[in-house]
This record gives sequence, C-alpha cells and structure tokens, in this order.
Amino acid sequence: MSAARPAAARLRVLPLTSWQATLLLVERNAITYRSEWKLFITGFLEPVFYLLSIGIGVGQLIDTFEFNGQQVPYAEFVAPGMLAASAFNGALLDSCFNFFFKLKHQRLYDSVLATPVGTGDVARGEVVWGQLRGGSYSAAFLVVMLLLGYIHTWWAVLALPAALLIGFAFSAMAMACTTWFTSWQDFEKVTLVQVPLFLFSATFFPVTAFEGWLRWVVECTPLYRGVVLCRELTTGAVSVESAISVVYLLVMGTIGLVVVRRRLGTLLLT
Amino acid sequence: MATAGTARTPAAATPRAAQAGRLSTVEAVRRMAPYWLTVSLRTWRGSVVSAFLAPVFYVVAMGVLLGGFIDSDPARLEGAPTYLAFIVPGLVAGHAMQTAVADTSWPVFSNFKWNRVYDSMVATPITVRQVAVAHLFFVWVRVTVVCAIFDLVVAPFDVYAAWWSPVAALGAQSLTGLAFATLMYGYSCRISSDAAFGVVFRLAVFPLFLFSGAFFPVANLGPVGEVVAKLTPLWHGVNLSRTCSLATLEPGTALLNVGVLLAVAGLGAWWATSGLERRMAS
Amino acid sequence: MIQARGLRKTFGEGASAFEAVKGIDLDVRRGEAFGFLGPNGAGKSSTMRMIAAVSPVSGGELSILGLDPATDGPAIRARLGVCPQEDTLDSELNVRDNLVIYARYFGISRSDARDRADELLELVNLTEKARAKVDDLSGGMKRRLTIARSLVNRPDLLLLDEPTTGLDPQARHVLWDQLFRLKQQGVTLVITTHYMDEAEQLCDRLVVMDKGVVAAEGSPADLIRQHSSREVAELRFGLGDGHDDTNPHETHAAGVAAYGDRVEVLPDRLLVYSADGDAVLEAVHGRGLRPVATLVRRSTLEDVFLRLTGRTLVD
Ligand SMILES: Nc1ncnc2c1ncn2[C@@H]1O[C@H](COP(=O)(O)OP(=O)(O)OP(=O)(O)O)[C@@H](O)[C@H]1O
Ligand SMILES: [Mg+2]
Repeated sequence: MSAARPAAARLRVLPLTSWQATLLLVERNAITYRSEWKLFITGFLEPVFYLLSIGIGVGQLIDTFEFNGQQVPYAEFVAPGMLAASAFNGALLDSCFNFFFKLKHQRLYDSVLATPVGTGDVARGEVVWGQLRGGSYSAAFLVVMLLLGYIHTWWAVLALPAALLIGFAFSAMAMACTTWFTSWQDFEKVTLVQVPLFLFSATFFPVTAFEGWLRWVVECTPLYRGVVLCRELTTGAVSVESAISVVYLLVMGTIGLVVVRRRLGTLLLT
Repeated sequence: MATAGTARTPAAATPRAAQAGRLSTVEAVRRMAPYWLTVSLRTWRGSVVSAFLAPVFYVVAMGVLLGGFIDSDPARLEGAPTYLAFIVPGLVAGHAMQTAVADTSWPVFSNFKWNRVYDSMVATPITVRQVAVAHLFFVWVRVTVVCAIFDLVVAPFDVYAAWWSPVAALGAQSLTGLAFATLMYGYSCRISSDAAFGVVFRLAVFPLFLFSGAFFPVANLGPVGEVVAKLTPLWHGVNLSRTCSLATLEPGTALLNVGVLLAVAGLGAWWATSGLERRMAS
Repeated sequence: MIQARGLRKTFGEGASAFEAVKGIDLDVRRGEAFGFLGPNGAGKSSTMRMIAAVSPVSGGELSILGLDPATDGPAIRARLGVCPQEDTLDSELNVRDNLVIYARYFGISRSDARDRADELLELVNLTEKARAKVDDLSGGMKRRLTIARSLVNRPDLLLLDEPTTGLDPQARHVLWDQLFRLKQQGVTLVITTHYMDEAEQLCDRLVVMDKGVVAAEGSPADLIRQHSSREVAELRFGLGDGHDDTNPHETHAAGVAAYGDRVEVLPDRLLVYSADGDAVLEAVHGRGLRPVATLVRRSTLEDVFLRLTGRTLVD
C-alpha cells in the first residue's frame, strides 16, 4: 500500500507517550494565548495590587501578628496569603470558565479524542497548562516579595512548588466539578464558594479570629491549608502541619484528576 | 382595531408619536421599560451571589474579622469610630462602581454584537441615543436598588452617625454608579473584541476598588499616592459616601465630590451616547 | 479492515435505555469504498462512532484494522481519519493552526505538520483563508476544513459522516474526485450519506440501515437489480374532484397496478415499477387516465430503500 502512496513515507505518525500527549494540549493552549498576551501579563498584577492595598494600606493600621510563635509584620503576613490565593483564583478561572467553554461550547475535546490522545491526557494537559501560567505568576510574585524585603529565609524557595501544588489541587477539583455544570448560570455557585474561601481562609487575618468549632472548620478547608503552608515557608516557621497540608492538597488534586478523567469518558465517549 | 379606526378617521387613529414624527426621550425610555423590566426579572436570580452575598462576605471578613485587630481610633480612621464604620460606606461605593461596570460591559457589548437587541430597538421610531439613555437609566436604577438594600442590611450594625446618613450615602453611591456606568458604556461601544474587558478590569476597575480609599485612608498611600488617589472619581464617591455615613460632611469637600461625580456622569453620558451612535452607524 | 458481528449500541440504562444499533454484521475490505445509507436516526452515526473507537461497543464484536477498539483505541485512532457529522473545529485557532495542531495530536513533527497543513489547504481550496478565524468561514468552508483535517495523518481508513452536507455542487464534485483518488491510493473509505447519487458514484458496496438494523447489503447495481425493477414510471395526479381529504394517488393505485410489477403510493405521486416505463405510460393513457405530470426514469437506491422500509430516504 505504501508503494502506491510515496508521499506517505515522508509523514511519520509516531505513537505518543502520555507525557507527549499531555504537552500537545499545552502547545495548543499556548498558541491560542499568543493573541492574548495582554491578559497574560496583567493577570500577574492582581496579587500585587492586593498586597500593596491591604498589606501596606491597611497594614499601617495594624502592628504585627503572631504566627507560629513569631511576630510577623502585617504585610509579611498577608503576602504569602496572596501568593496562595492567587494560585487559587487563577486555577478556578482556568478550570471553571475556560474549561467549561472548551468542553460544552467549543466542543474541543470531541475532536481531540478522535485522535490517539485520550481523556487522561486531556485532563493532565489542561492542569499542566494552568500550572505553567499560575507558576509564572507565583514566581514573579515571590520576586516582588523579595524586593519588598518580606523574605528572610531560604525556605521561601519552596513556596513556589507549594503554590504550584495549590494550583494543581484546585485546578483538578474545579475541573471535576465543572464537568457537571450545564449552563453559565452554574458559575454563580463558583462565586459562592470562591469568595468566602478567599476571604475567610486566614488570608487577611490570623485564624484566631475564629472561635471554637468555626476555627476547626476553617482549618479543614483546602485554601486555608494552602495559605498556612505558604506562610510557614515564607516566614520559615515550618512545622509538622506543613506536611499535613502537602498531603491534603496532593490527595485532593489526585482525586480531582481521576474524577475528571472518568467524567470526560462518560460525557464524550458515549 | 387600528384598521377600523383608519377606515373612519385616518389621522386621528394614527398613534400619537408617529404623528409627531419624533419621540421625546422620556416617552422612548417609557417604551423600552417593559423590555428592561423583563430582562431584570429574568436575571436577578442569577446575580444574587455577586450582587448581595459577595459584598456581605467582604463586610464580614474585612470589617468585622480583620477590623477586630484594628484599634478603634477615629484620628487614624478619618473620624470613624470603628474600622467597620469606616469600611462599610467605602465598600458600598466601590460595589456601586463594580455593579455599574459589570452591567455596562458584556451586557452592552452583547446587545450589538451577539444577541443584537439594539438593532431591533432602533428599527422602531426610537433613536440610537434614546436606546443608550434608556439602558443607562435602567443600569442606574439597578445599582441604586442594590446599594439601597445593602444600606438597609448594614443599618443595625451602628455604622450610621445620623438619621439622614443612609439616605445621603445612598445618593452618593447611586451617583458613583451612574458616573462609572456611563464611562464603561462608552468604552464598550468602542472596542472590537470582548477580550479588551479583561484588561480594563484588571488595570482600571480592580486597582480603583483597592486604592481609592475604600479599605484604608488614602493618607496611608504617602503624599504622592494620596494626591493620585484623590484624582480618581471613585475616591470622590467613596469620600462622599463615607462623610455622609459618618455625618462629617464639610461643605467645600462635599460640593467638590458632588461636582466631580456630576461632571464625570455628564461627560460620560456624552461619551456613551456618541459611542453607541458610532457603533450603530458602522 | 472492519469486521463486526452482532454489533450493538445502547444509550442510557434501565427503563430509559435506547438501542440505536441492534446487532449488525459488517465486513469492510481493504481499499474499498463502503457506504451507510439510511434515514435520520437509523443508527449510522452511532455505528461510525464505534468504528472510530470513540464510542464503546455495547454488545457483539468489532475489530478495526485487526485491533480491538476497547483495548487498542489510541493505536486504531492513529491510523484513522474522521470527519464527524458536525464540525468540531477549534474556534480559538486560525484555519491553518487547526490543521497543524490536529496533526500534532497524531505525533507528527512540527515541520511535517506545517507542510501537511499547507498541502491540505491547497487541496480543499482554502489557502487564502489560512490565517482567517474559523468562525469567519462559511458553513461549506468549515466543512471542507473538517474534511482536510481528517486527512492530516494520511489515514489508512477514512470515516466520513455525511461529508458533503452543506457543500455547493461544485465543491461536492471536487470532493468526490478527491475521494476517488484516495481510494486509488489504497485508502479504505467508509461514508454515510443521504444522497443517492453520492452513494451510487462513490461506493463499491453499501448497507441500507433502518431502525438500527441492516435492511440490505450489496453493490449499488446489485441492490437495484435485487430489490427493484429496471425502470420506474412516476405519475402525479391532480387533487380529486370534490373529495378533498383522500390522496388521489391512493384512489388511482388499484387502477394502474396491473401495468407494472409493483406500485408504491407516495403523498405526492404514484410510482409504477416495470422493466419498461414508457409502456406503462402508454397503458395508463390508453385507459383514459390523465396524470398532471409523468416521468420515466431508471431505478435508483431510493427505490430500493422504499421497497425495503416502506419509507422515503430524505423526509
Ligand atoms: N448520545 C446519545 N444519547 C442518546 N441517544 C442517542 C445518542 N446518540 C444517538 N442517539 C439516538 O440513537 C439513534 C440513532 O442516532 P444516529 O445519530 O446514529 O442516527 P443517524 O443514522 O446518524 O441519523 P442522521 O441521518 O440524522 O445523522 C437516534 O434515535 C438518536 O436519538
Ligand atoms: Mg448521523
């Protein structure tokens, strides 16, 4: 047969490893982003604005907070919170809005799954893409923190992987939930979860603001785990709790990924 | 019915406005009212969280919880007895801006780009300018209603210094909403792709919300920052809303605040109507 | 290339379960053009999606390129070209990038992907639109782009689900010509269509599907020979005198039945099957009947379908 099709010899269709297939989704997204670089650049500013406004503006009304036995100036207290929160917000934006658009409106994955690329590759590809974007914001934010003199410990280097971990956990989980959405109305529910998590996860004030069982609830929420993890790393007050947070977020992300993969199968491969 | 009338006395049976040749703006707005009412009734449910719940969360998180760590020192809070009393009028003014801007961004763009409601409106005796005025009017009403409900909800928490405070503050917030609605409306008419909204939200709306004195006294921004902040229209809205709320109005500043907001709204109205005229002509 | 035995597809579960494909047998040989013909909802697309290894088989056996779709999905899809019934183009990418990125999903190197994209754009006459947004293309252009996309990996087996829907007559003939060439190069084609002429022109062999089962199978000529006569006389009668509600064709059916092998009554005409259509017309006129319009033509797959299912193909 190939003798009759000489041109075919030139074109080599190679079996894809799952890592390659994952990166292909990333490549696709990168191309669509070429025309939206303004959106990409400005996304980085959000946490910086929060840091300058709340951390410095409001910070002048507050002295210091105690955190794991250290006295921490307010801006240094808020900065890691913003690092975690921006990873969280970015993950939600990508994995709810953008993912929903591709899944339900553009029906992108219908065509992707007709190729050797599979549902697992799609799920991983979207998460990896989200992390590349979120990760570059986090790295830039850490540089800003360093320039403002908020970092005094080498532990802070690990805050970057910590932010990536937060992004991963929320991306995967949010994508999993999005597979059940049917219309844009459902996004009101995202706001309903996103805003309270952002505001009450000890981002702007210590968890001691909550009392009794309420404090327990807050300590069990995922963004709180991310915020304290980042705070422990940037202030150097690392503890056993840091390990708990890491495991918590890893488990959450993995469950999310498995669910996304399954749901894509039931939704698209029928 | 109309045909029967035509048969007897043609001139008298013709609808009054068509006879006059031109609609008054008030009459045009009245004719579009059923449309905007229907739309708001159909969509209010979908905006409950962002319109009401989200700002309540902000008040609780920042005003109550973070405020618990802030000394209640009127000298450092522009005369407010507590941080809660300081932040609430500022947040509501900021929220007025955000609601106004949200209602005049994608919804406006969609009306001439995707669902093309404007096209069907101007195919009637209604003019383009009247379409813009009517849409802005209903956004203004909505913003005012949202702020009014909010002012009512926070009333029991000791944030108003005088009996007239909530009413005056509502006026300030409503005016702030109007000013920003017109600005954003004009902008929406002049962009070619909705991707431009993302940039303006991140580079203009969001920094305004954070740095125009809603969360902290602008004096904390340093001398230069303070001057810059006071040049923004939102600061004038926040300041007016706050001084009304705390009953610390100074006639000079208050007049300046009102004047700036009115000027912005006036310029914005021209910017918005001319924007829509240009857009609909192309 | 494709072998199916008792192939089934069920959507949903329990009480709401719906069987779209009810046990069909298929053998598609290497290098042939194979067609699925059938009315809306017959189960053509459902079968095509199973063959494309994107829809799990609910029952029976299916082997594609000698592989099992349940376990070797990626390997099968790597050698397949698929043009789905509804365009699934990537609206965030421009026309050329749609092809380049799709080629990349097959593991084709970036430079090969670009060359292939340009080649295919030329083939479907979209070179000028290379940088255009997909949303700015006309419906027919989108269809052509989807067809080009299905060829991006030089498939051994090409699945086309109603490829020419929305194409203008010229583009349709160009596509037929291209498909014919592909076939000559040894590519196996599987096509679903509502167009009889398309099926007769392109397909070596086809199955007529109806309500999830295969009603007949064979080459177009065989099917016509087996299930229809050589010619058909079409008679259209005016509305009856006075009795409004009855179909005048029904009233006349019994009268003309004697002149042909078989008669079919349609709402708007009467079909009389016979080896010699002109003779039928003569006999009808001889009897004093005056149809408002008449036509003698050769039997087509449409008639086969009518015979097998009692319904017209395109409703
Ligand atoms: N995902 C699905 N879920 C439930 N039912 C489905 C699904 N896909 C198809 N069906 C049903 O299966 C039947 C066969 O559909 P199919 O798309 O295979 O028909 P078709 O022969 O391709 O028709 P057409 O000519 O209209 O394209 C239809 O009754 C359809 O409603
Ligand atoms: Mg179909």
